[in-house]
Amino acid sequence: MAYPYVSDREARVISRGFGDPMQRRVDTYVQRGGYGALKKAFGMSPDQVIDVVKASGLRGRGGAGFPTGVKWSFMPKQPTKPHYLLCNADESEPGTFKDRELIRWDPHQLIEGCLIGAYAIRAKHVYIYCRGEFFEANQVLARAVEDAYAKGYVGKNIQGSGNDIDVTVHQGAGAYICGEETGLMSSLEGRRGLPRVKPPFPAAYGAFGMPTTINNVETLCAIPHIVANGGDWYRQWGTEKSAGTKLFCVSGHVRKPGNYELPLGFPLIELIEDVCGGMRDGNALKAVIPGGSSVPILDAAEARSCKLDYEGCVSAGSMLGCASVIVMDDKTDIVKQVRRMVDFYAHESCGQCTPCREGTSWAAQIMRRIEDGDGTEKDLDTLMEITQQMVGTTICVLSDSVAPPVQSSIKKFRGDYLARMRSLEPAGVA
Amino acid sequence: MSTAPTTVTLTIDGQTVTVPKGMTILEAAKTIGTKVPHYCYHPGLTSPAMCRLCLVEVEGAPKPQPSCVTTVADGQVVKTESDKALGNRRGVLEFYLVNHPLDCPICDMSGECDLQNYVHEEGREHGRGAEPKRVFGRDDFGGDVLFYGDRCVMCTRCVRFMSEVEKDERLTVVERGNRSVIDTFFEEGLEGTHWHGNIVDICPVGALVSKDFLHKARAWDLAHTPSVCASCSQGCNVDLHTRDNGVQRVKPRENLDVNGWWMCDHGRHDYEWMNRGDRIEAPLVRQADGSARAVAWKDALGALLARSRELEGRGVKAVVSPRASNEDLGALAELVGALGGGEIVYRSERAAEEIVLEGFPTLARRKDLAPNVKGAQLLGIHRVGSDDATGGLDAVRAHDGIVVVLGDALEDADERFGSSAALYVYIGTHAAEGAKSAHFVLPVTTHAEQEGTFTNHEGRVQRFWPALTPPGMARPAWLVLGALVAELSGEPVPRTAAEAFAALAEAVPAFGGLDYGTLGARGAVAQLPAAATRG
Repeated sequence: MAYPYVSDREARVISRGFGDPMQRRVDTYVQRGGYGALKKAFGMSPDQVIDVVKASGLRGRGGAGFPTGVKWSFMPKQPTKPHYLLCNADESEPGTFKDRELIRWDPHQLIEGCLIGAYAIRAKHVYIYCRGEFFEANQVLARAVEDAYAKGYVGKNIQGSGNDIDVTVHQGAGAYICGEETGLMSSLEGRRGLPRVKPPFPAAYGAFGMPTTINNVETLCAIPHIVANGGDWYRQWGTEKSAGTKLFCVSGHVRKPGNYELPLGFPLIELIEDVCGGMRDGNALKAVIPGGSSVPILDAAEARSCKLDYEGCVSAGSMLGCASVIVMDDKTDIVKQVRRMVDFYAHESCGQCTPCREGTSWAAQIMRRIEDGDGTEKDLDTLMEITQQMVGTTICVLSDSVAPPVQSSIKKFRGDYLARMRSLEPAGVA
Repeated sequence: MSTAPTTVTLTIDGQTVTVPKGMTILEAAKTIGTKVPHYCYHPGLTSPAMCRLCLVEVEGAPKPQPSCVTTVADGQVVKTESDKALGNRRGVLEFYLVNHPLDCPICDMSGECDLQNYVHEEGREHGRGAEPKRVFGRDDFGGDVLFYGDRCVMCTRCVRFMSEVEKDERLTVVERGNRSVIDTFFEEGLEGTHWHGNIVDICPVGALVSKDFLHKARAWDLAHTPSVCASCSQGCNVDLHTRDNGVQRVKPRENLDVNGWWMCDHGRHDYEWMNRGDRIEAPLVRQADGSARAVAWKDALGALLARSRELEGRGVKAVVSPRASNEDLGALAELVGALGGGEIVYRSERAAEEIVLEGFPTLARRKDLAPNVKGAQLLGIHRVGSDDATGGLDAVRAHDGIVVVLGDALEDADERFGSSAALYVYIGTHAAEGAKSAHFVLPVTTHAEQEGTFTNHEGRVQRFWPALTPPGMARPAWLVLGALVAELSGEPVPRTAAEAFAALAEAVPAFGGLDYGTLGARGAVAQLPAAATRG
């Protein structure tokens, strides 16, 4: 037993340092082979690095699942302006807690990934935008960057390679929306954290108006391993389209919640029953949200057949998202759970786009009324419609995130909603 | 050598449109008369594409596209009226009404409100909102602006105007989600800024209202008359909004060559004088006992002609106001010539500094605080007196021939002004102390009551139209003076402002080639003599 819980089903690549307080020290990290991949990358051309990442099949771990190597290849090959690599460490999707652990336990792995990424996209400056509430992670990261500067792994002429790359850690100030890539750029620039219209895309006009690539912490943490061992090595895990390993943040009513690094394509039910030790108190499984609060809820039957990779989750009727698995047992009040999620989005909407600004809070008001027992079936129709009006009509996808939990819960757990309403009907009415 | 094409051809609602490359779909649609509803977009500001009302269907695009920032492309097929586009607008409008109060009966914007209009045109017949509405209440933003937070649709045009056009960031959005609200920084507000009235104009709803206009009139009771601001020599194009024969407010009228969509607060609030009641309403002729008697125009002009013929050759000294139109000043110059010649001067107020609108730098509150200073200069009339429009009239005061005053209120003169003159004619709008010794007092109209043109600081000749009915027997000065000139010289009497302008264009080279009819609402630039173009 180590790190809160571990399982022998895991394939620990990026999480191998979890639970080991020595791993965050630069000396230990180097002793264990750290910064070797960086040296190897510096021996390659930037395009060769991109090719290796492309070959690995690594897809963005922040939720969208866009192929990382392809994203990097969008950056101009002949820089005419400064390029920036932004590391999105503003982890705040409800149910997600992987990036925090990656930074807390293995900050140099992230720094090394950032440096290789910066080299590949021809950037000389990396900004790590770290969620402000992650006090410990921020401290650890700041210390690690300081150490890396001191040891010559960051800064001017890194290890005599002639490459200059600076790393700046920027602390967020408490808004979910700053985890959205364009909102993150606005916030980093010192403005309100408001998402921007795309196009222009960040690779053409990003942070400070310069070509920019934004990658998630987990994505960048996988980079040193891929560069060190090759694309094929990474493909030993996962499926054809969803290659490699992924951290799953399991929360909710299981015996052993926590972070587990598993090959993509892992069966969801085995994650619950085997890796996490089954449901708490022997209760029955009621519902699972496989990818964080903004993906559709799976009922027990769907969860049993769901494979945890990008395509598997879609065919089960949901999405992998950032692999935040929220497990709910049969004692769970679905209406209350969904209401809390909608409340979250209403609270976190940046307020720019009308459908989101007005829609999230309206939906939250209706959900609250239903929860309080004052709803009618007509409210369910209204909820279905207005959440649909919020899909695909806004600058970013925060608004789109309300529809999946609301719509899927109304479709799959309509009985839970109706039970709230029937309780109010006067006795004797047929 | 081939050059890249500079135009793009696309289809909007089945109609083929060719527009310049780089234009947005929204602007392209305007060229064929299709108005895509929008709030956050304004042609004079950057576009954040956040109201989501202007989303249109573009074939091949996975999602509806914001037409205010999506540029046109060759072969693009745009649908602004498809089920998808309409459905989206209906949805967005419903979202607006979740929190927007339905207080139209007491809202100043009612009748010219984009939310009201759009909902009536395309919104749902019945709202589904059953939840209590969010309440922000009212805030005094300073200056002339009141903020009704509940009505705000969060388009942020006001915030962007202050930061991008006035370049004085006085407003911001605080909080987020549907708690977002426009606010000032601490208690500073808009006080001391010079262009903030424009945020009331560009507010698409009744969230920002003018204190000056508050509850004064309903929008549908106002008549709109195109005019030119008379507050300085910039010549901002404006609309006079009138009711009950009074100007209720002044709004800028779009003219990219002069003022864009904007005007300054000084000009905006400089209209009460047009409504003043102490007008000269009838021609007055001084009697032998010193009293003034109101007479008919025919009698007044007849007596005036007779007297001036007696004095021909004694020389004329005339004082004019650069608030008079080109036609008025031209007719006066003709009259002075017909009376044997003399000297014409003007006095006008000058400010120490220009107030430039930084985000639209061709617009400024100019130093010359009168609309037709350049017109007077082009007629060879020169300036006397100090920067507060006083003094400089010693020669006129001492003149023993004919003295004519047109429009100057003679605020620094007492009742003895003109008493040395053999004939003193005061032509003006309002009763003045300095007109007490005049042998003839002739009532004329203000620019708000007549047709005509002003020449702005850069020589642009711009038309204005009558918005008010003149009081009593007041007539345009060009008509009064033209009748006198006709009698003296035998030329035909100008019957319209157009004829008066034609006479001016014939007589004065700078106005040569300009045609009253083709000046239109946007004006045309006069041929400035080299010396006069220095500005």
